[in-house]
Amino acid sequence: MSPRYLELVCPAGTPAALRAAVDAGADTVYCGFRDCTNARNYPGLNFDVDELREGVAYAHARDCKVLVAVNTFPPAGDAGPWRRAVDQAAAAGADAVILADIGVLDYATRRHPDLRRHLSVQASAANAPSIAFYRENFGVRRVVLPRVLSVEEVAELIEEIGMETEVFAFGSVGPMSEGRCFLSSYLTGLSPTSEGACAPASHVTYTEQDGQTLSQLGGTTLNCFARGEPAAYPTPCKGRYVTNGRASYLFEEPIGLNAIAILPELKSAGVTALKIEGRQRSRAYVTQVVTTFRQALDALAGGVAAPATDLSSETEGGRETRGAYQRGWR
Amino acid sequence: MSALAPARLTLGPLLYHWSAQQRRDFYFRIADEAPVDTVYLGEVVCSKREPTFAPLMAPVVDRLRAAGKEVVVSTLALVTTRREVETIAEIIASGLMVEANDVACVQLLAGRPHVVGPYINVFNEGARDFLVGRGALRIVLPVEIPAKSIRIVAAGDARVEFEVQAFGRQPLSVAMRCYHARAHDRTKDHCQLVCGLDSNGLTANTIDGTEILTINGTQTLTHGHAVLLAELEELRQAGVRHFRLSPQDLDMVRVAALYRDVLDGRQEAAAAVQALRSMTGDIPFVNGFLHGRKGLAWI
Repeated sequence: MSPRYLELVCPAGTPAALRAAVDAGADTVYCGFRDCTNARNYPGLNFDVDELREGVAYAHARDCKVLVAVNTFPPAGDAGPWRRAVDQAAAAGADAVILADIGVLDYATRRHPDLRRHLSVQASAANAPSIAFYRENFGVRRVVLPRVLSVEEVAELIEEIGMETEVFAFGSVGPMSEGRCFLSSYLTGLSPTSEGACAPASHVTYTEQDGQTLSQLGGTTLNCFARGEPAAYPTPCKGRYVTNGRASYLFEEPIGLNAIAILPELKSAGVTALKIEGRQRSRAYVTQVVTTFRQALDALAGGVAAPATDLSSETEGGRETRGAYQRGWR
Repeated sequence: MSALAPARLTLGPLLYHWSAQQRRDFYFRIADEAPVDTVYLGEVVCSKREPTFAPLMAPVVDRLRAAGKEVVVSTLALVTTRREVETIAEIIASGLMVEANDVACVQLLAGRPHVVGPYINVFNEGARDFLVGRGALRIVLPVEIPAKSIRIVAAGDARVEFEVQAFGRQPLSVAMRCYHARAHDRTKDHCQLVCGLDSNGLTANTIDGTEILTINGTQTLTHGHAVLLAELEELRQAGVRHFRLSPQDLDMVRVAALYRDVLDGRQEAAAAVQALRSMTGDIPFVNGFLHGRKGLAWI
């Protein structure tokens, strides 16, 4: 077998999605417990302890690793669920935990020194001294880089830090510094940082009005669009706002991130792993996206160009961007 | 129960991009007239703005210190380039007290005493204890933290002081992308510092006409002013000693005097809220985060 080109890290929002990702060729899957300890705390998603143990067994039997995200920030006086999540991930045989909160990192470091720790994108570590802080204090082995850096900046950073990095390859474009965005709680009162749900479905409404669809979050109108017009799920950063009398997608268009065309550049930059986002997406999404990336990586590992692909049916708004990787996005 | 240490008022870092002269005049007047104990200087939002104020930093620091104010230099909230890291290292080397707004700054401080700013997530005792062990003397709590958490985080720890923003628009996010530039069909690399056109930020409305957010370069703020006046006593009892007034382009000397009067019992909170309203026009007040509600709520 040829050496691995880039590690393919895939979303497992449910046990079925975990099996789909493994079967489609994931090198690694990531998942979370069914509570506020991870940043995709949505109804119908995630794992209980038994499901995680079974998922780990399924993945390990097929030479696939399992990461467990415990990447929200515990509120004061209530660290118990986060500590328990780390304990249970360790007991279930997870290969690593993905953490963001300094208190949780400190706990995991002291309690489970042998459990591999990755730094979540929620920690917003986008520079060498920040990453050094987490490595020196908590023995972090891999950092998930925020979606704010160009390929050149990723390369410079990896050269400077000399450690494993994981970058987003497919999913949504997160224009804000993650883990430090309070826009959704400003509109809903529920916190993505501590409760793990940005724009929870319970607070989203769609209203048909004169042939248009009005989307609201927590009673605040975020968009109005005609049938067939591309529109994103109504997170505050994907809404349409009016500035200086003009309506626009002020933060980001309804468009998805797809870095499949720049895998060689990411490899040259020294990236270790590619993250496919989408624990909240369907099993069919997982199968299609993971299969497509598997084929591309296998082709590149074999020294040939990746085949042409079309994942536009799986991207937000049906359109694609390379996001911050390309200069000019800012 | 022992008496509480006297409450302090602080002036947070200027978040908007004002001209050098406007900044100098503003800080000189603060030095001469405002009843604040601490003034935070420095650029938090965008490193492209830093050269604007750099030549005036020394005289402003001198003037503030001569007036008896504590001076703290705030640092960038989102650090991505080597140049930005070097700038933080230079600020630390200057010997002034520093407010760290990115973990990079905590790392570069290497244990020296400092202030942890509101852009570093301290939502619980675990994060607090670790950062206190690394030299944090004061922690400015994130704007999203509710009072029930503050009561736990700020309770009875003599090693560290706590600060909460009590006036002004609350920062909601930082980004690499410049939305001010985007609103003017520019990119960040070719922004020509267009954020300087709006001394109180650029209002973003919903498409059905509700004023909702304020754009300030790469930063997004609430549209409403956070106003914690009725809550000051409760926060004092919870262990918060410092109350931050975030500069807006209005009479901040008068704002500071109002807060000082409420803290010192010379004015009722309700009357101070009314007085503030006469200064802020149609801009709503918000305090939802503190009360565990949606941030834009006014309880």
